[in-house]
Amino acid sequence: MLKLTSQIEEEIRKAGAEAYPNECCGILIGSEEDGTHVVKALKPIDNARESGEQYHRFLITAEEMMQAELEVRRLGLEIIGFYHSHPDHPARPSDYDRDHALPFYSYIILRVAEGRSDMMTCWRLQTSREAFDSEPFEVQP
Amino acid sequence: MSVTILIPTALRSFVDRKSEVEVEGGTVGEALANLAAEYPDLKHQIYEDDVKLRGFVNIFVDGTNIKKLNGLETVVAAGATVMLVPAIAGGC
Repeated sequence: MLKLTSQIEEEIRKAGAEAYPNECCGILIGSEEDGTHVVKALKPIDNARESGEQYHRFLITAEEMMQAELEVRRLGLEIIGFYHSHPDHPARPSDYDRDHALPFYSYIILRVAEGRSDMMTCWRLQTSREAFDSEPFEVQP
Repeated sequence: MSVTILIPTALRSFVDRKSEVEVEGGTVGEALANLAAEYPDLKHQIYEDDVKLRGFVNIFVDGTNIKKLNGLETVVAAGATVMLVPAIAGGC
């Protein structure tokens, strides 16, 4: 289970629409409470993939992750997952997503259709790495 | 000498939920090998085989990527902080 506020959901939707036709990406910052991931803030990241590839790929570099990790530790929080958009593609993980994902993290995927934010889904990779499980999420006011 | 290894959230379940672990080691490779010996479940997650780290695993020593230093042979001073950092990618 993932919990986020309506404001954070709106920030993700806005980022997806603004990045269209490219993919947006960012880090979910928060805490884990009894297996539930609670998102408390977002850290938007500039997609580090080559500009010609950003329409279907995103990359958060190790350097960005290192800085984010230090930042969240100082705040007493954790990196609990990531979000990215799928421009004009369904909001479900691709094989490429699976190959590059890690268990534990929550992966929010936002479909952006012709520039407008659309379906949003959330996923967690199985420990076996064979597939993602759909993760229910709850948007709170 | 003792160094501190910072563990990312995704890997903490393999180190008894710790966010950092103290290990002995004069180089990054030695410190990681000692970490893997102490937590065998972690070894499979970060190593492709006995010596090669998985592609998504990046190592920083006091804020510098070891790719810019001497790789796993990078010498670590007593009290150094070693970070395991996953690079994140995806797409449709």
